[in-house]
Amino acid sequence: MNLLAVERIKLFSTRSPWWCALITLALAIGFAAIIASATTSPLTISATLYGGTQFGIAVVMVLAALAVTTEYRFNTIRTTFQAVPHRSPALVAKALVVALVALAIGEIAAFGALALGMLMRPNDGLGLHTAQDWMNVAGLGPVFAISAVLAVALGILIRHSAGAIALLLIYYLAVEDLVRIIPKVGAHIHEWLPFNVANKFLRGSAVVDGPSPSDSPLSPGWALAYFAGISIVFLLVALGVAKKRDA
Amino acid sequence: MIEATGLTKRYGNTLAVNNLSFSVAAGQVTGFLGPNGAGKSTTMRMILGLDTPTGGQVTIGGKKYHDLKEPLRTVGALLDAKWVHPNRSARAHLLWMAKSNRIPATRVDEVLATVGLTSVANKRAGGFSLGMSQRLGIAAALLGDPEVLLFDEPVNGLDPEGILWIRKFMHRLADDGRTVFVSSHLLSEMALTASNLVVIGRGQLISQSSTEDFVARAAENTVKVRSPQLAELRDALQRASAGVVEEANALVVSGVDSDKIGEIAAANRIVLHELSPQTGSLEQAFMQITGDSVEYHTGLDAEAQHVLESAK
Repeated sequence: MNLLAVERIKLFSTRSPWWCALITLALAIGFAAIIASATTSPLTISATLYGGTQFGIAVVMVLAALAVTTEYRFNTIRTTFQAVPHRSPALVAKALVVALVALAIGEIAAFGALALGMLMRPNDGLGLHTAQDWMNVAGLGPVFAISAVLAVALGILIRHSAGAIALLLIYYLAVEDLVRIIPKVGAHIHEWLPFNVANKFLRGSAVVDGPSPSDSPLSPGWALAYFAGISIVFLLVALGVAKKRDA
Repeated sequence: MIEATGLTKRYGNTLAVNNLSFSVAAGQVTGFLGPNGAGKSTTMRMILGLDTPTGGQVTIGGKKYHDLKEPLRTVGALLDAKWVHPNRSARAHLLWMAKSNRIPATRVDEVLATVGLTSVANKRAGGFSLGMSQRLGIAAALLGDPEVLLFDEPVNGLDPEGILWIRKFMHRLADDGRTVFVSSHLLSEMALTASNLVVIGRGQLISQSSTEDFVARAAENTVKVRSPQLAELRDALQRASAGVVEEANALVVSGVDSDKIGEIAAANRIVLHELSPQTGSLEQAFMQITGDSVEYHTGLDAEAQHVLESAK
C-alpha cells in the first residue's frame, strides 16, 4: 500500500502525466464531436469511440513510458532502489498505479465521448442498449490499463524516453499492419499480434464502419485475457532484467 | 559498521574495484580518498546495493544492504545532488522517499528546516543552484534519521561558503554519534573533515589509517639550510644519518628537525644563514603516494600531446 502511495506521489508531482491525460481526453472526446457533427449516416458507438480507441491508447502509452523512463533519465530510479532494494515491489507498484490512472482516463474518455455523441445526435438511438454496447464503451478503460502496463515494461527495458516511445508508437501505428503484407504467414501472425487482439475485445469483428475490425479468432473475453497475458509476460521479463542490472 | 571484504567490480575488461577490503568504524567521520576514477563511486554504489559486486561483499552493521528492512532508516546517502526530477518540488521529492520507508511526513519539514530549505520547499528542484541541490540531497540522506551516512564528493563544485557549511555539518553528524563515510579526491579537504582515511587508487586499497598518520607519512617534513660552509655541514649532517639533498646554495635536510640541525651546526662551529622548516604540500605528497595508481595518467598526457600536434 505504501509503495502505491509512493508511486502516486511521484506520478502526480510532475506535469507530464496531467498533460498526457488532458490530451487523451481531448482526442477522444474531440474526435467524437467531429464525427458526430460530420457523419451523414446514423452515429454508432464504435464511430463515437474512434478517437479514444485509435489515438487515446498511443497517448496513454506515452504517459506510462514516461513515468518510468524519466526515473532513469533523472536517476531517481537509484533513489527508488535505495529505498526499496528488492526493486520488483517498487516497479510493480508503479505499473499498478499507472494502470489505474490509465483505467480512469479510459473510462472518462469513453463515457465522455458517448455522452457527447448522444447530446449532439439525440435521434440516432445511440446508447447502452446491449451487453456488447456496454463492453465497447466500458472496455476502453481496461485496454488503456493493459497498454499502460506494456509501456511501463518496455520503459524499464529500454530506459530511454525517446527510444521507448518511438518503439511503442511505431509498433502500434505501423508494424502490426505491415506484418499482414508478409506473403502466406503474414495474415496468420497478424491474428495473434497484441493490439489486433485487443481490438477484437473492443470492437468485435462485425464490420460497422471505420477501419477493418480485428481478425483475431479469439472470443472478446479471451482476447482481453490474451492481451493482458502478453503485458504481464513483458512486465515479468522487465522485472527480471531490472533486478539483475546495475542501477 | 561498514565492512568490505574482497570487494571486486569488473565492467567488461576494466577492473573498477579490485579485491578491496576496508572497514569504517562507527561514530566517526571516515574519509574515502582517491584520485578521480579510482573506484570510489562504484564502491559506494555497491555499498548501497545499486551495483552488484563481481566478487566479495560489503555489509553494514553485519547485514547486506538488501537485507535491511526500510533501509533509509539505517543508511542515508548522497551520491549525486542532481538525482532529482527537475519538475518535482523539494517537498514532493522528500515526501515520496519518506512514504517508501514509512517515515512520518512531519519529518520532511524537519529535515528541510535542518538544511535551511524551508522557504523553497515548494519550488521545483530543477531551478536549484548546486549548493541548494546539495542541501536537498543532505536532507534526503537525513530523512530516516540513519546511523550511517554516505556522501560522495559532497563539496565538489561548491563555493567556499558551501564547503564550510558541509564541513561543519559532517562534524555535527559525527558528534551526534553517527557513522559518516565521505569520499573526496582532495586530501586537504579530508584532513579537515575526517579522522580516519581509507585511501584507494585504481580500485585497490593503498592504505587505511588515521588521518594524522597518513598526513604525517604523506607530508615528510624537511628543513632548508643555507651556510657558507655547506660542504662541512653536509658531512656533519650525514654523520648524524640525516637525509641531505643539495639545492642551489642550500641543503634540504630530512629525517632530523631544525633544533637538531642547529645543535649539530653549533657543535661543529658552522655558521648558518638560514634554517627554515618546510612543510610539504599535502596534495603533492598525496599525488606521490597515489601517483602510480592514477588511471589515464599517461594516456591523458599522450592525448594532450596529440591534440597539440594536430592543432598545428
